[in-house]
Amino acid sequence: MSLPIRTLLLVATTALMVITLYLVYFWVPTEQVMGVVQRIFYFHVPLATGAFLGYTIIFVASIVYLVRPSARWDAVAHASAEVGLLFTTLMLLSGVLWSKPVWGIWWDWSPRLTTSLILWFIYVGYLMLRAYAPRGSRGARYAAVLGVIGFVDVPIIYLSTRLWRDVHPVQMVGPGAEVGALDPSMETTLLIAIVTFIVLFSYLVVERYRLRRAEEETERMQLAYGQR
Amino acid sequence: MKAYIRAVFAILWKDFLLEIRAKEVVTPVLVFALLVAITFNFVFGTQPALVAVVASGTLWVSFTFAGVLGLGRAFALEKERGGLDGLTLTPVSRDALYLGKLLSAFLFMLAVEVVMLPVISILFDLPLVLPALWLVVVLATLGFAAVGTVFSALAASTRAREVLLPVLFFPIVLPVIIAAVESTSAILRGDGWSQYARWVGLTAAFDAVFIVVSAALFQFTLGE
Repeated sequence: MSLPIRTLLLVATTALMVITLYLVYFWVPTEQVMGVVQRIFYFHVPLATGAFLGYTIIFVASIVYLVRPSARWDAVAHASAEVGLLFTTLMLLSGVLWSKPVWGIWWDWSPRLTTSLILWFIYVGYLMLRAYAPRGSRGARYAAVLGVIGFVDVPIIYLSTRLWRDVHPVQMVGPGAEVGALDPSMETTLLIAIVTFIVLFSYLVVERYRLRRAEEETERMQLAYGQR
Repeated sequence: MKAYIRAVFAILWKDFLLEIRAKEVVTPVLVFALLVAITFNFVFGTQPALVAVVASGTLWVSFTFAGVLGLGRAFALEKERGGLDGLTLTPVSRDALYLGKLLSAFLFMLAVEVVMLPVISILFDLPLVLPALWLVVVLATLGFAAVGTVFSALAASTRAREVLLPVLFFPIVLPVIIAAVESTSAILRGDGWSQYARWVGLTAAFDAVFIVVSAALFQFTLGE
């Protein structure tokens, strides 16, 4: 049953990615002030969408798991954590690459940047907990506890970094600053890119989920036959 | 309700007795906290102007590092001697268990800080024994203990728990650390309440959110 979903997502991802790449590199006009480097924007913002989507899926899956434990929801949370970490890492890297030529610095401690960095650390901690926790339902429960606490903390972290920047004001930067002034063609490109990356995200999560289920199945079989 | 409160205090009393007799948490953690503070002294030098700038950072780095060390001990002790299994067998609700462990972690950290503040005052020649600062210390320590108790229970049953606890703990309590450092700096500069009220408010909100969330989640860190 899951084979058609997987194939569908793979075909959709490939098709959308070709369209997005065409739009980003050939169709959309070059931004006047920032130049060609601004095209990173069409990857950076969709990656960020995926990063936060992963977080939300972990939160929901963790709550469902704690209320009604099942290996499926645990696998969903685990898969989105891995893909989410990948997206967060790429988001941070693309942000750094964009920041240097445009604002002259690799990194500024703006609230968004700081929150994203902390988010990255929570993702890493989550996966480390999964790696070091006892196998089976106990490890899954531990991970779910962290999944809930981590998500609840994100708005508090954002608020605290925003208050912190009020105390140490530096130049105001961030993708948010120019979103309102986007050309319609840029807006279309961005929108399609976001959809593409959400589909890509879903495809990777589905693949990882299947792999994880297969791992569990193999383990069960090894256990069953090894003991005989 | 009365039985609930009695259960919470029974757990607190148990940890207190253990500490009085074995002395395995407060004393070593206090020595460690002092060493962290003194190391900072060598890193930044002793110029009075510089000390005034880095004082609040020094204070909070030593408190958080010492805090995470103490939190790790709290559940490692329970684990080593099978105490946690005994505790989970008692007919006490899981959130009463959490509150008891939270209170003992909070009071142990506070005990270390009560000694640290005057000692750092003397060593760095700063007026740190101020009522406003105590409020900040109490609220921040409560936040550390609220999250730390759950993470300590999680980490105690994992491999590499000494490393895992700080890796989980620091990103989550970052808002408390920022708030504590900013309000301590403001207090040391002699700023009024209005300058740091929002930080105190943020810490109080963090405490409230995470005491409730952690009390609800603590049950999942126990048992097989």
